[in-house]
Amino acid sequence: MIYADNAATTRMSDAAVKTLTSLLSDTYGNPSSLYEFGQKAKEVLEQARRDVADAIGAQPNEIIFTSGGSEADNQAILSAAKMGEGRGKKHIISTAFEHHAVLHTLNKLKKEGFEITLLDVHENGLVTARQVEEAIREDTCLVTIMYANNEIGTIQPIREIGEVCRKHNVTFHTDAVQAVGHIRVNVVDDNIDMLSASGHKFHGPKGVGFLYVKKGIRIFNLIEGGAQEKGRRAGTENVPGIASMATALKESVGNLDGYKAKLLPIRDRIIKGISEIPHSALNGDAVSRVPSNINFCFEGIEGESLLLLLDDKGIAASSGSACTSGSLDPSHVLLAIGRVHDVAHGSLRLSIGEDITEEDADYIVKSVKEVVEYLRGFSPVWRDLVNGKKDFIL
Amino acid sequence: MALYSEKVMDHFRNPRNVGVIEDADGVGEVGNAKCGDIMKMYLKIDDDIITDVKFETFGCGSAIASSSMATELIKGKPVSEARQLTNKAVAEALDGLPDYKMHCSVLAQEAIESALKDYESKKDQK
Repeated sequence: MIYADNAATTRMSDAAVKTLTSLLSDTYGNPSSLYEFGQKAKEVLEQARRDVADAIGAQPNEIIFTSGGSEADNQAILSAAKMGEGRGKKHIISTAFEHHAVLHTLNKLKKEGFEITLLDVHENGLVTARQVEEAIREDTCLVTIMYANNEIGTIQPIREIGEVCRKHNVTFHTDAVQAVGHIRVNVVDDNIDMLSASGHKFHGPKGVGFLYVKKGIRIFNLIEGGAQEKGRRAGTENVPGIASMATALKESVGNLDGYKAKLLPIRDRIIKGISEIPHSALNGDAVSRVPSNINFCFEGIEGESLLLLLDDKGIAASSGSACTSGSLDPSHVLLAIGRVHDVAHGSLRLSIGEDITEEDADYIVKSVKEVVEYLRGFSPVWRDLVNGKKDFIL
Repeated sequence: MALYSEKVMDHFRNPRNVGVIEDADGVGEVGNAKCGDIMKMYLKIDDDIITDVKFETFGCGSAIASSSMATELIKGKPVSEARQLTNKAVAEALDGLPDYKMHCSVLAQEAIESALKDYESKKDQK
């Protein structure tokens, strides 16, 4: 079995599992309690905060633990909007291919009277700092742009965008769920005001993530209750989950160079191999791309059947096809980079992990070739393309 | 719990009656690539009996399985009986489809209806 869906979730690292399980049984105190049991948990929690902060170049008091990336995105955006509204600024800049945790939150704000500018991400899946600068207005209260895209893996010029935001005194948030633990992220160097991340994307547990908020940026809590996280996120802290996430992050960030050295050649080997399939195309820039991501469109076939047949061959992957999402529209990310519906339905995302071998890579390429050819063999769309009744798009 | 029933997976993995009938008496194509599903049915009809049927499908697992099952259900049957085929019968024969995939069985029914309509109109011309 080859697990090639690490952008969906990752296997927990052995060290993260060990941290989690030992804390579950041994350190069950409530960190808000003053007796030893509680204070022990509090120590674990604060050590995790220091480790997480270190991993992204932040200060410990700038980290708020959340239930994951979606909550962090919601809190960051809604807070910046509330602050903006108070000063009569109701314009937000983002991109068309953000994660739904961002896009749906922006839609909600739109209904409340905010104006949202979604920047074009071009055919290569990259936005430029210049676009951001041109879109900034007097009433812009927030720029929120993802660090790396979850479907096509393209890495945005975050540092330059952050610079532009600083220059114009606009708060800058980045959804870095697919970047943290995969590429080097430093909130100071990258001029980031707020950043969201999620534990299970870098071999930590599910249901835990964090929001970085630069000192001096106001943040409002989404959940009312106790005074945990300095009143910015109520609810008894998930101490074992948080500490386990910190273990995983420390490990991942400590191994970024090795990770890149291992994955880049394998990623490019797979890209090269799959590119040999006629009428296929890589989605997203080939260079400014996380080391784990491979995403293709194939003309004349549909993605779900491709995934099911790959599953039969022992390969777990994902697709932006409508059929895998339960809606009629294919991936908004693929549409945003200009893929038409017909082609976007036939997409495949492989997100490889460090356990992959060259043999696995070659097996993936061989399997994808076989399955695409097989499905095209009885596709009426492919027949029309081959017979010249329709024009090839790719 | 898998996404699809064993029957669906069987018809998806080993689709029956895949292909083209060059001298078909009726051909029907429904759906569109924009929505992600296209089915094409070819019928060979002698004395009002469907003697052969083939299909081509661009679509998801349940679309391929629905096409395959629909062809099995009408093969060797009189035209009058094939006309009665409902999407429900296709879905039931597959031991059910997830709710949001029921449209695949509808498409299979419509593809057969369309092919039968083509057959009728060709017959009228003769």
